[in-house]
Amino acid sequence: MAAKTLYDKIWDAHLVAEGDGETILYIDLHLIHEVTTPQAFAGLRAAGRPVRRPDRTLAVADHNVPTEGQALGAGAVADEEARLQLLTLERNVAENGIEYFPMGDLRNGIVHVVGPEQGRTQPGMTIVCGDSHTSTHGAFGALAQGIGTSEVEHVLATQTLRQAKSKNMRVTIDGTPAPGVGAKDYALAVIGAIGTAGGTGHVIEYAGEAIRALSMEGRMTLCNLTIEAGARAGLVAPDETTFDYIRGRPAAPKGAAWDMAVAHWKSFFTDEDAVFDREIVLDAAQIAPLVTWGTSPEDVMPIDGRVPDPASFATADKRASAERALDYMGLTAGQPITEAKIDRVFIGSCTNSRIEDLRSAAAVVQKAFLEGRLVAPHVNAMVVPGSGLVKAQAEDEGLDAIFKAAGFDWREPGCSMCLGMNPDRLAPGERCASTSNRNFEGRQGRGGRTHLLSPAMAAAAAIAGHLTDVRDFI
Amino acid sequence: MKPFTHIDAKAAPLALSNIDTDQIIPKQFLKTVDRIGLSKGLFYDFRFDEAGQEKPDFVLNQPAYKDAGVLIAGDNFGCGSSREHAPWALLDFGISCVISTSFADIFYNNCFQNGLLPVVLPAEAVEDLMAQARGGNHVISVDLAAQTVTAPDGRVYGFEIDPSRKHKMLNGLDAIGETLQKAPDIDVYESARALDTPWLERA
Repeated sequence: MAAKTLYDKIWDAHLVAEGDGETILYIDLHLIHEVTTPQAFAGLRAAGRPVRRPDRTLAVADHNVPTEGQALGAGAVADEEARLQLLTLERNVAENGIEYFPMGDLRNGIVHVVGPEQGRTQPGMTIVCGDSHTSTHGAFGALAQGIGTSEVEHVLATQTLRQAKSKNMRVTIDGTPAPGVGAKDYALAVIGAIGTAGGTGHVIEYAGEAIRALSMEGRMTLCNLTIEAGARAGLVAPDETTFDYIRGRPAAPKGAAWDMAVAHWKSFFTDEDAVFDREIVLDAAQIAPLVTWGTSPEDVMPIDGRVPDPASFATADKRASAERALDYMGLTAGQPITEAKIDRVFIGSCTNSRIEDLRSAAAVVQKAFLEGRLVAPHVNAMVVPGSGLVKAQAEDEGLDAIFKAAGFDWREPGCSMCLGMNPDRLAPGERCASTSNRNFEGRQGRGGRTHLLSPAMAAAAAIAGHLTDVRDFI
Repeated sequence: MKPFTHIDAKAAPLALSNIDTDQIIPKQFLKTVDRIGLSKGLFYDFRFDEAGQEKPDFVLNQPAYKDAGVLIAGDNFGCGSSREHAPWALLDFGISCVISTSFADIFYNNCFQNGLLPVVLPAEAVEDLMAQARGGNHVISVDLAAQTVTAPDGRVYGFEIDPSRKHKMLNGLDAIGETLQKAPDIDVYESARALDTPWLERA
C-alpha cells in the first residue's frame, strides 16, 4: 500500500462518493455563526430542505457582537442590522434544533476558540465553517477549512462537501526558538517565506521538533494563520499534547470510549515514506520576533529591522503594491520599524485570544508594571478574551487584574477589532499593534493601520508606546 | 444558479495584486441577511471617499467602465475572508467574469456556486488583455463552452477549467440537488461511521 500523508488519510476516511473531478466528502462537524449563515438557512427554507445533522452542528455569535454589555442579549445590540442578524441566527437554530451558545453565555465566544474548548474539535475529523480561519482546528489533526455560504447550505442539507483534493505541502520547523519567539512568529515567518499565495491549492502539514514542542494554543495560532499563506487547511498530527488538551472537555469521549477514541486518533499521522508535493524547512533558532510593515500578511520583517524599499522588490506589480502599502501605512522606506508610534493595541481574535496568549501578554505587562511602567499615556489598549470561559479562567488566574492595573481595557469575548464589524474599530489613520490575522487596508476600520505581531510583542508595544522588541521586556 | 455560457462586454483593468475580499466588499456590508443588492458595497473604499463621494480616478467610476462585465486583476485575487458576499457583490454590479493569473482557493470556489466565471491565464496574457482594456473602447469575449477569451484585437487565449465545474456552470445546476441524489451513499457512510466512532453520535 502506498505511503500516505495525514491529509490523505483524513480525506480517504471521509469519502462518500467520487465523481469526475469532485469528491463528496463527509463532514463531521459544522460550526456556524451569524454572519455567513442567514442566506444559507433562507435557501434551505425556500427549497423545503431540512438540516440533515443538527447534532453535528454548533452555533455561536461572535463576529458582530459588542464586547461589553453582553448580558443584555442580542435585543440590546445597538446596530440594527447586526441585531437582526443575531436574531435571525437565534431563530434559525431554534427552528432546526441546533445547539447554540448565545451572546452572554459563558460558553460563547469566537467560533474557533469555542470548538476546541468544548472538545467538539477532535483529531481525524473533517470540520467546516463559513469562516476562512477554520484552518485553526487543524491543530488537532483535523481537516478543517473555511467555506462560503452556498457551501454552508450544502453542508446543512447533506452533511457533505463537494471538493477536489488539494496537494500536500509540509512545513518542517526544527530547532529551539529564542526567548520571546513563538507560534505567531513561526506563522509570520512561513507566510513571509512563501507569500500569501504560496499555499494556494495545498493543505499544509506542520512538522518538526519546534512544532512538537508547541502547546495546543500555539498550534492553533499556527494553523489559524495557514489561510494567510493561501492554504485552506493546516494540520499538526495529534500526539499526547493533543490528547491531554481534549481529555475531560464537555464533548470529549469518556470511559471506554476515550480509549477507543485515542486508538482511532493515533492512526492519523503521515507515513514515513509519504511524498509531499512541496517541502519547506525553517530553523526556529533563526526566527526573530516578527511584525508586519505593510497591508498583506506576507509583508513581514524582524522587529529590529528597517522598513523595506519598494525598489527592492522583483516585479513591477510587487513594487507598486509595496509603494501603495507604505503610503497607506504612513511609513518610509529605510526607517527602523520601532520608530512606528502606535495609538491602539488589540490583544484578541481567533489567532491569539486563548489563555496561553493572555498569559504571555500578561507576563510582559506584569514585569513592566513591577518596574513602574504602565500602558503609554497616548495608547488605548484592549484585551478581548476568546470566549467566556477563557475570560473566566484568566480572571481566576488574576490576569485581568494585571492588565487593568497597567491600564488595559478588559473586554467581553468576540471577534472584536480583528475585523471591525462591531463597535470595536480603528479610526482613520490610527496605528494599531494587533495580535489578529489580517493587516489588509481598512480591515480594522477604514484608514486604520495594522501591524500584526504576537501577544507578548503587542503587550510590549502598549507599554513602550511604539513598536518595540519584546526581548527587551523579558 | 444562473448559468454562465458566453459574454461580450467591456473589461475593467485593476492592476493590483492580492486584492482581498475585505477590499472587494468591506465588513459593514456583511450585516445583511440577504444576498441581493450588494453592488452598493463593491470595492467601497476604492469607489468612495470618506464623505461617500465617488472617487473619479477609480476604474469602475470612469464612464467608460461603468457597464463593465469583466474584471481583469492582478495575482491572487480574492484572498482573505471566505465571505461569499464578494462574488454576490461583483455579480450584482454586473461583473460575471474575473480574469487573473491566480485566485485564492475559497473565492475561486465561491464563484462557481454563483455563476461568476473565474478565468486563470498566464501573466503575459493578463498583461496583454489589461493593456488592450485601457481606454475602455473595446469588447472582450469570454466563452465557457469553447474555454476561450477573445481580446479586442482578435487574439484568442484558451483557458483551463475543471470539467465538472464547467458542466455545472454551463447548465446552472444546483449542487445540493445533485448531492441529494446520492443520499443513499450518505446513509451508508453514516451507518458505517456510527460503528467506527460511536462517541461522535450525539443524537
